[in-house]
Amino acid sequence: MPKLTVDGIEVEVPAGATVLQACEAAGKEIPRFCYHERLSIAGNCRMCLVEVKPGPPKPQASCALPAADKQEVFTQSPMVKKAREGVMEFLLINHPLDCPICDQGGECDLQDQSVAYGKGQSRFIENKRAVTDKYMGPIVKTTMTRCIQCTRCVRFAEEVSGIEEIGAIYRGENMQITSYLEQAVTSELSGNVVDLCPVGALTSKPYAFEARPWELKKTPGIDVMDAVGTNVRFDSRGRQVLRVLPRINEDVNEEWASDKTRHAVDGLVRRRLDKPFVRRKGKLVEASWQEAFAAIKAAKAGSSVAAIAGDQLDCETMYAAKALLAAMGSSLLEGRQTGMDYDVSSLAAVNFNSSIAGIETADAILLVGSNLRWEAPLINTRVRKAVKRGARVFAIGEELNLTYPVQWLGNDLGLLGKLPEAVTEAFAKAERPALIVGGGALKAGAQGATLALVKPLGLIKQDWNGYNVVHLAAARMGGLMLGYAQKGGIADIVAAAPKLLFLLGADDVDLTAFDKSLKVYVGHHGDAGAAGADVVLPGAAYTEKPGTYVNTEGRVQFSDRAVFPPGDAREDWAILRALSEVLGHKLPFDSLDQLRAAMTAEVPALGVGGLAGYAWSAPKLPAKASGPVGYPIKDFYLTNPIARASDTMQRCSAELLHGQSFAEAAE
Amino acid sequence: MSDAAHIPDEAETRARWGGFAWTPENAEQAEKIIARYPPGRQQSAVMPLLDLAQRQVGAETGTQGWLPVPVMEYIGAQLGMAYIRVYEVATFYTMYNLAPVGRYHVQVCGTTPCMLRGSDDVLEACYKKGLKKGATTADGLFTLTEVECLGACANAPMVQINDDNYEDLTFDSMTAVLDTLAAGGQPKIGPQIERQTSCPEGGPTTLKEMVAENHDYRGRWEATGNAPA
Ligand code: SF4
Ligand code: FES
Ligand code: FES
Repeated sequence: MPKLTVDGIEVEVPAGATVLQACEAAGKEIPRFCYHERLSIAGNCRMCLVEVKPGPPKPQASCALPAADKQEVFTQSPMVKKAREGVMEFLLINHPLDCPICDQGGECDLQDQSVAYGKGQSRFIENKRAVTDKYMGPIVKTTMTRCIQCTRCVRFAEEVSGIEEIGAIYRGENMQITSYLEQAVTSELSGNVVDLCPVGALTSKPYAFEARPWELKKTPGIDVMDAVGTNVRFDSRGRQVLRVLPRINEDVNEEWASDKTRHAVDGLVRRRLDKPFVRRKGKLVEASWQEAFAAIKAAKAGSSVAAIAGDQLDCETMYAAKALLAAMGSSLLEGRQTGMDYDVSSLAAVNFNSSIAGIETADAILLVGSNLRWEAPLINTRVRKAVKRGARVFAIGEELNLTYPVQWLGNDLGLLGKLPEAVTEAFAKAERPALIVGGGALKAGAQGATLALVKPLGLIKQDWNGYNVVHLAAARMGGLMLGYAQKGGIADIVAAAPKLLFLLGADDVDLTAFDKSLKVYVGHHGDAGAAGADVVLPGAAYTEKPGTYVNTEGRVQFSDRAVFPPGDAREDWAILRALSEVLGHKLPFDSLDQLRAAMTAEVPALGVGGLAGYAWSAPKLPAKASGPVGYPIKDFYLTNPIARASDTMQRCSAELLHGQSFAEAAE
Repeated sequence: MSDAAHIPDEAETRARWGGFAWTPENAEQAEKIIARYPPGRQQSAVMPLLDLAQRQVGAETGTQGWLPVPVMEYIGAQLGMAYIRVYEVATFYTMYNLAPVGRYHVQVCGTTPCMLRGSDDVLEACYKKGLKKGATTADGLFTLTEVECLGACANAPMVQINDDNYEDLTFDSMTAVLDTLAAGGQPKIGPQIERQTSCPEGGPTTLKEMVAENHDYRGRWEATGNAPA
């Protein structure tokens, strides 16, 4: 543990720390462009120069210099000031003065640091170098003349996303950043390079010229595109969320977000349900709230009522529906829209127990029927990290590129009963062995067979539980905590033939099985659910309501409202509350606070942020499984109604997955 | 302006070079090259392999050779490297040709020592023969490139043509070199004047002869207090 002084302040830093980190520990700000704590050190921008004694009498790049005992570091000396001014001046030599038309304006490291550390004027009178723009696909817009060659984007593509397709070609003053042959970047994490780029060279294409950062209202939220529960910030202006950016949460998403998380938001202003509809003579026609409620009342359902929750629901909506059904005398709740019926008697047995951050430390991993890269991109990056630390990964399923080396065992669940020696050996040696069970495996009935492996593979050790299930739906764990599961899944609900069926944002249900029921769709998009419903009640999307979500590792998180729902649409719980009065079963809460109080009284864990921590107990299930597994996600970019309504996601799907060409001449 | 990569990647290039594979001799040579690097570090072989490939393309096309994109990808696949990484290497070094060149790639050094010693005359000789910078002559014989220092400054001005240097040039000797090449001959490699390699003109040419010429500077070091310990 080296001890050193920074501007006279004594600090002690862990061995292996850099001088830059020591300066931060001492509370000193060090300007930087190329250094990023989550990427390897490049040391090529020279903005982080400091004076160090002992050492050569010249400024040194603090990001690449190991901190050593008895070093004296100066961050404010005349030498440092002059060095920073010099570096700034050099960086700006070839940087265009186009800040007024640059989307990075207002959140640009180059702007900020030149104000703080620059000299204020340039002595350069030659022509500036200019670089042609490069095509990088539907997410990333480029203005390569602005690039300062920090190589953060290159390092991100190689180290984090694992899809090496960005690089620096030519050299010296001709060096240019480009994607390979200017093809579209195919990584589903490509949007992160926009955040990483310290200047305006890489900006967001869908958000181009939409707003200035200071015009935006920033609301902390939780993403619902998958079950990871990415912590995000909704940036809105007026009634529209213009962009979604990740917030840092080391336990969940670090500081990344998938392209779907970031860019599905343009779907929030398209195909919205903003009025109630009632089906008359086979056609959905606009109606008032009273007419819609009356139509539901007319069904005289009594206690013959059921509710199916969609994938993106908050716990509050699910609780309100549950309370309404309870008041009517029913408990027919289900959230697994596609008919899955795995056992949920123990929540720990369907949870990502090692935790998302914890999987990074695993040393042997077996994936069972999961296309992790699409099902949970940010868990996939964690597994990639584990691989970099030396973990071995085996997988059962159809072969895919998961961005790290995988030993594919074959696509047969029967393998679970007779794992090859390579696997059992690796697991026997492992200190932190982990199993990752995908939705595909659950659907194919492998739950019992995977649980049966807990003992032989030694998945549970002191302080370690390596049995992990990856869910696809943001609403899943919350739904299970609230009892949205029948023993036989949807089949039980079909069997009960309810007179009244609530579809709570549920768009993936096979509605043909319910043609006798009055189907009430409560949700925000005119997708499959609304199209098949008899009554449509316009609800709020995830950006339009405060909500509680539980991610696949059982982490309870809270999201805020950024904007109001459009038109006549209302927050879902308020709709159900109003309806309950019409149906004569008035629910006992008049505000969200009261609802939350009632909900947490019933499920206390939902009231406390953080891991819910389910006690481990595995249900006894038949351990037989066989046959191939299919991956549930057919198109990463179009997994939910919001994404399907999004032009950006449609374009990503068409271009990146279906090979349609959109390449445009550089603007 | 640093232009977008002007690397030919049209359907044509793919059609012509998509099926590229080593000749049996080169396949063997490639294996040998790869074996030079420790296991797990085979990617280090990318530079010699690119060179080998360029030569093979050259042999196939009767030119100095170049690196079509499918050929780079072929090497990337052989070494298990992302294509962009191969591409970065190929674009970094100017000796890899990214576009077709002629039979002879005339690389005239125009850096200061050569310039002071008359590289302008050398270029002039090239222009007179119809060579243009960055272009190949209509007969496909010569491609002219002006390059930076090739490390033969003691023999400035100089030119590198394919694998050989021609040094101590003048307008006339450069013209003669080009004429000989155009006629299918092989000009004398190295200095074009009476001079052995980079030894002083007129000798001495061996270390033995140098003895008398050597000065003992040690006395002077002592005087300045800089004597080696
Ligand atoms: S494009 Fe941006 S992130 Fe990439 S090297 Fe240039 S300045 Fe850095
Ligand atoms: S931050 Fe240290 S050199 Fe760029
Ligand atoms: S300057 Fe021409 S070879 Fe060095």
